[in-house]
Amino acid sequence: MDKNISFTLKVWRQRGPKEKGQFVSYPMTDIPTDTSFLEMLDILNEQLINKGEEPIVFDHDCREGICGMCSLYINGHAHGPATGATTCQLYMRRFKDGDVITVEPWRSAGFPIIRDLMVDRSAYDKIMQAGGYTSVNTGGVPDANSIPISKEKADLAMDAASCIGCGACVAACKNGSAMLFVSAKVSQLALLPQGQVEAARRAKAMIAKMDELGFGNCTNTRACEAECPKCVSISNIARLNREFICAKLKD
Amino acid sequence: MAKKIDSKIPEGPLAEKWTNYKAHQKLVNPANKRKLDIIIVGSGLAGASAAATLGDLGFKVKCFCIQDSPRRAHSIAAQGGINAAKNYQNDGDSVYRLFYDTIKGGDYRSREANVYRLAEVSNNIIDQCVAQGVPFAREYGGTLANRSFGGAQVSRTFYARGQTGQQLLLGAYSALSRQVKLGNVELFTRCEMLDVVLIKDENGENRARGIIYRDLVTGEIKRCSAHAVVIGTGGYGNAYFLSTNAMGSNGSAAIQCYRKGAWFANPAFAQIHPTCIPVHGDKQSKLTLMSESLRNDGRIWVPKKLEDAKALQAGTLNPNDIPDEDRDFYLERRYPAFGNLVPRDVASRAAKERCDKGFGVNNTGLAVFLDFKYAIQRLGKDVVADKYGNLFDMYQEITDVNPYENPMMIFPAIHYTMGGIWVDYELQTSIKGLFAIGECNFSDHGANRLGASALMQGLADGYFVLPYTIQNYLSDQIQVPRFSTDLPEFKAAEDGVKEQIEKIMNIKGKRSVDSIHKELGHIMWEYVGMGRTKESLETALKKLEEVEKTFWSDLRVPGQADTLNVELEKALRLRDFIEVGKLMAYDGLNREESCGGHFREEYQTPEGEALRQDDKFSYVACWEYQGAGKAPELLKEPLNYEYIKVQTRNYKN
Ligand SMILES: Cc1cc2nc3c(=O)[nH]c(=O)nc-3n(C[C@H](O)[C@H](O)[C@H](O)COP(=O)(O)OP(=O)(O)OC[C@H]3O[C@@H](n4cnc5c(N)ncnc54)[C@H](O)[C@@H]3O)c2cc1C
Ligand code: SF4
Ligand code: FES
Repeated sequence: MDKNISFTLKVWRQRGPKEKGQFVSYPMTDIPTDTSFLEMLDILNEQLINKGEEPIVFDHDCREGICGMCSLYINGHAHGPATGATTCQLYMRRFKDGDVITVEPWRSAGFPIIRDLMVDRSAYDKIMQAGGYTSVNTGGVPDANSIPISKEKADLAMDAASCIGCGACVAACKNGSAMLFVSAKVSQLALLPQGQVEAARRAKAMIAKMDELGFGNCTNTRACEAECPKCVSISNIARLNREFICAKLKD
Repeated sequence: MAKKIDSKIPEGPLAEKWTNYKAHQKLVNPANKRKLDIIIVGSGLAGASAAATLGDLGFKVKCFCIQDSPRRAHSIAAQGGINAAKNYQNDGDSVYRLFYDTIKGGDYRSREANVYRLAEVSNNIIDQCVAQGVPFAREYGGTLANRSFGGAQVSRTFYARGQTGQQLLLGAYSALSRQVKLGNVELFTRCEMLDVVLIKDENGENRARGIIYRDLVTGEIKRCSAHAVVIGTGGYGNAYFLSTNAMGSNGSAAIQCYRKGAWFANPAFAQIHPTCIPVHGDKQSKLTLMSESLRNDGRIWVPKKLEDAKALQAGTLNPNDIPDEDRDFYLERRYPAFGNLVPRDVASRAAKERCDKGFGVNNTGLAVFLDFKYAIQRLGKDVVADKYGNLFDMYQEITDVNPYENPMMIFPAIHYTMGGIWVDYELQTSIKGLFAIGECNFSDHGANRLGASALMQGLADGYFVLPYTIQNYLSDQIQVPRFSTDLPEFKAAEDGVKEQIEKIMNIKGKRSVDSIHKELGHIMWEYVGMGRTKESLETALKKLEEVEKTFWSDLRVPGQADTLNVELEKALRLRDFIEVGKLMAYDGLNREESCGGHFREEYQTPEGEALRQDDKFSYVACWEYQGAGKAPELLKEPLNYEYIKVQTRNYKN
């Protein structure tokens, strides 16, 4: 059923944020096509360790497309060639014998490189801290069924909420904008009565933080939507803009 | 055995215990809360909800996690849903029924008072999450939707598509982020706890006063002090190497506490989930869970004839060519009342039984079919696609097999650990000031956890239980000034950690961490897996000694310790997984009965069902560390059932 393939990996290696990086080529032989991309990197790392070399550093955790930890820019695409999938959900059967596969970290002013393919995405946490919540304390909230919410609204909110905070949208954007990420959270909460109360204020605070942290502006290139592993739609950006204009008008 | 275990169960009738507790416990006044520091290790459902709540109460919280953001804790991966006794469906649910189902599902090995409290606060969780903007599934009328889950006869599971854990965790993470902004919580991401620091009080009693941790980016070893330490670091299923847990999930924090004197309870109770994608090769890094909901419509079978099984294994026969009369729907055959919906432990063992007899499929012989042909005939492809489409896509992406046309293949895998750090009713461990919440404690699921109950427990602990009970501890600590990390206890703990790291770096052997971890996993699965015997467990203990020896003599960790070093991180966790493995084997050996996830082959009915030995083993097994290389000592906390009649679980009729 499955066969084995051989190919060349060109991997970005960089010791630290300030150090110079470079591509290093690794020939890979006889990799079963039912291996996942990250398992393929595990195989390479095992080979490097057995030679006494340091393994390639990359982020990963759940390996099922939900934690948002894996990143990797593969052959010019955030999360590689598959659509609607993260790097950890990518299998080697997508590649051919003899391929040259280029692997780079997310490259963006907002996400400095830590080592090799691992980047610092703590800016996303800071944007969330600026307003990505409803201001409620634990306890003393109304019964869950006291406010009906239409199925349609709930579903739209869920679409937006499925963002995994991976950063592919930023990596894919030539301006390095985090608008898709921000709009997903703003939309989710603005669509629900519980979040609507603070919607305008939230939009303004999160955008201000995004600007402050060095992310670029959105010029509607739609690259983010195309690379988002969760297919978060740019219609969320339109919704964000509406909330943002509301906030500005109130100023 | 001199030590007596006090689980601090409050007096009074079951339904009033928690209310009574809260009415009489000691509280900390708002001005004093600011003077008290709390360390929370973990940012999963348990850790994040606790940190957010304690922060909003006014305590100064420091929250640690190993990932780059609290939002990535393993709770994010939970798919199915979360239980609550809301009875929104008016189908007869109640706090009592949820309590009863949880005790029964746990095969009568959990504490009544804890479980009742869990059922009681379950409803508050749903209210809280909705207020945070968690987009639960809704009916057209705008009310919340529910589904049913294995082991229950009511619809009490709330869900957000197949991403319930994600949505609940993002809710808690949002609340946590707000507290960070307000200055009540400080985050320590990419920081791994490596030891707990104990300091003696004026009575000479040890209290948890801080932790030693490693900054995973810089490699620095650092100290952090507090008035209390809370562990919320998740389960230890990765001792098996291959599991449904995330790659970074580990049992290390729990083992560090154990080595410092905290009891480890019921380590042998691990849950094996029946519907995972089978192992495909020796390079595989983890197992993917297929949602349990698939068992609602898929039919599980293996061939009746051995020659068919052989042909399937050899790849010379297509499963679709086996006629219905030659298919053995073994769950429907053995359990007519529950059929394909029997609890997880029962379904898993039944699959193993067939595969052991040679009827397994896949090239390994280690898989059974989960067939949607019948559901497609009955409901149409569209309905099936609507319900399970994303799961089918995921299955196809991983296996390259189209489940609309061919039966899926599944096999059981380690999924959840019921055992963990022993805690009393207040979620305090046997060390004062050290608390444990979420999957890393042993508390509520007995010998087997029901689906959709782990999320409930994690959030119950973090939002609604710990924030009360910890105050009962902290109320007399308000006079205790903040601790300096220059105290000799901190230095001693840090030196200990550094010494271990140096020792590991200096082995300079030939084996990678993963290669030894795989060996460990193999032993665990083979000898401490789904079916255990006295002999297998004794073999395991011997083999674990050997693995430990290999680790300390032949491990190779490249690079330096004082900088980012992923192999070193993994090595430290592997060291602790070996300890976990031993504890599981000791506990399994001691527990001469079968119950829930723990199946001792010597103790089964003639039909192959689990046989409990209530007269001998109706207790929580607490293990106390006795030093490196020594067997741990067993302490027993008896389980007295005052409100529930203990019965044999029966899913047949
Ligand atoms: C695939 C899958 C599906 C599941 N589906 C369901 C479901 O549908 N319903 C249900 O109820 N349950 C489900 N479960 C179980 C449930 O998800 C877990 O039991 C629960 O989420 C555990 O939460 P937690 O907060 O205890 O730990 P986790 O979410 O595992 O969090 C652990 C935290 O501790 C941190 N940590 C660990 N070690 C250290 C250290 N040494 N130092 C610092 N930080 C550390 C981690 O960074 C993380 O933040 C599922 C589990 C799996 C594996
Ligand atoms: S919007 Fe999409 S690409 Fe951007 S962080 Fe969220 S999931 Fe990743
Ligand atoms: S590793 Fe979690 S999304 Fe890829």
